[in-house]
Amino acid sequence: MTGDLLVQFLAQGAQMFMVLLIAPLAVGVVRRVKARLMRRQGAPLLQGYRDLAKLLRKESVIAENASWLFRSAPSLIFALTWVAAALVPSFASGLMFNWAADVVALVALLGAARALLALAGMDVGTSFGGIGSSREMMIATLAEPAMMLIVLTLAIAAGTTRLAGVADFFIAEPLAVRVSLGLSLVALIIVALAENARIPVDNPVTHLELTMVHEAMILEYSGRHLALIEAASYLKLVLYLSLLICLFAPFGMAPANAGVGGWAIGLLAWSAKLLAGAALLGVWEVSIAKMRVFRLPDFVGIAFVFGFLAILLAFLSRGAFE
Amino acid sequence: MNHAYEISHLLAGVMLVTSFALLYQQRVAAVLNTFAAQSIALALAVAWAAWSQGRPDLFITALIALTLKGIVIPVALHRTVARLGIHREVEKVVGVGVALMVGLALTGLAQALLFKVTHGTASHAREELALALAIILLGFLMMIVRRNAVTQIVGFMSMENGLILAATGARGMPLVVEVSVAFSVLIALFVFAVFVFRIRERFDTIDIEALDRMRGDRR
Repeated sequence: MTGDLLVQFLAQGAQMFMVLLIAPLAVGVVRRVKARLMRRQGAPLLQGYRDLAKLLRKESVIAENASWLFRSAPSLIFALTWVAAALVPSFASGLMFNWAADVVALVALLGAARALLALAGMDVGTSFGGIGSSREMMIATLAEPAMMLIVLTLAIAAGTTRLAGVADFFIAEPLAVRVSLGLSLVALIIVALAENARIPVDNPVTHLELTMVHEAMILEYSGRHLALIEAASYLKLVLYLSLLICLFAPFGMAPANAGVGGWAIGLLAWSAKLLAGAALLGVWEVSIAKMRVFRLPDFVGIAFVFGFLAILLAFLSRGAFE
Repeated sequence: MNHAYEISHLLAGVMLVTSFALLYQQRVAAVLNTFAAQSIALALAVAWAAWSQGRPDLFITALIALTLKGIVIPVALHRTVARLGIHREVEKVVGVGVALMVGLALTGLAQALLFKVTHGTASHAREELALALAIILLGFLMMIVRRNAVTQIVGFMSMENGLILAATGARGMPLVVEVSVAFSVLIALFVFAVFVFRIRERFDTIDIEALDRMRGDRR
């Protein structure tokens, strides 16, 4: 029994460090795919790790009027995002802390990280930071309700808001064409693009552009602080890819009482799906142009509309309104 | 049985989503393409109903929807737009966000209403009917919030799509009625087109706000 507990504990720990290890690679895949599609050579796949290592070695320059918030925010943001990313079931649904992997808790963790980032962006008082923070909040006010609607749609279908429970439900359920699930998939993809500052919403490769959002907030950061924030943004990408995989393509994931063999299969399936998702993101980013900032509420509003429609249709097929 | 129902539900859902896309689109060409997509989804939905329920007469309805509203009307409207040389952005009465929110409210209203009214009928028919009513109401909404005459035509046609969907969801309408409705819609298109040209000739714009001046409503 104690041995079993130890294995469970190790598996949870493995998941925690695995998301951290694979995150720069996933970002590397996105960048590489984009570069190749633009007929550029592109940075090597491992560039993300090198960037982080370089930033960690460098000195961190901090503005004179920066408060404690500015210095502590990167660690807190990284910690919150890491916890959130480690909670999403990746290769097995029956891990030790799966009771904590509740979607509502996940949204709360990410919301806290976002609030810290926005505050830190305004802390030094530069105009870019303020612009970035206000835009980030504008996007968040639309993306978060949409996220909650999606969560509730899935919760209605599966009868639980625990991610592992939802994944188990969709593994067990025979493949079914459901409008509400299709709508929530589209809505979740839009939310994921908005939250990760990907292309129609924000361009992740620009550093000095009037339309940038995420990069504007972290413009004042350097050295190890920047490394932590960059790592947190990598983790967030992995988190959303994992979430999409876990909710809409959970096949291959090890069920609750699978042994080490089941975990190995689950691990392979998860990594393959994650990297495929990253490659698809690269293709998507190349094939679409960035939107004007003033069009963003409309775009993210689609996620809200789809989430609302999904929940309406989910109620409809359950025979509510009786 | 269950699959048949799921697929028809899916196609009706796709039509509802295209209705929202019609409200969202800003450019005339995109609106026309979205309308064509909705009509093709309607043709598929009707064809699926014909196949799964064994009602071959519905195949004719599907064919009419596909050729007339999926191909002929969008192409005709595209030509009209090209000949009028109107600018591509559509004038709206309210913003996209407000229109979408009102659309959501209308969808909710359609469902709540139908579930009150149709107590005790089979559940698929009720759901199809609720979706169809939502599409009809969204067509209405589109005619209200757009000031461009061409997009108003599209709103009207999209309402008609919702009607056909409702008819297939219920016992179905007789073929004679169906054919005559299809042709009256086509005739309506010609009438609309002539009107659009006349409006354009007289006011140099197809923004229907110009008609208010004609009527003497000063604002």
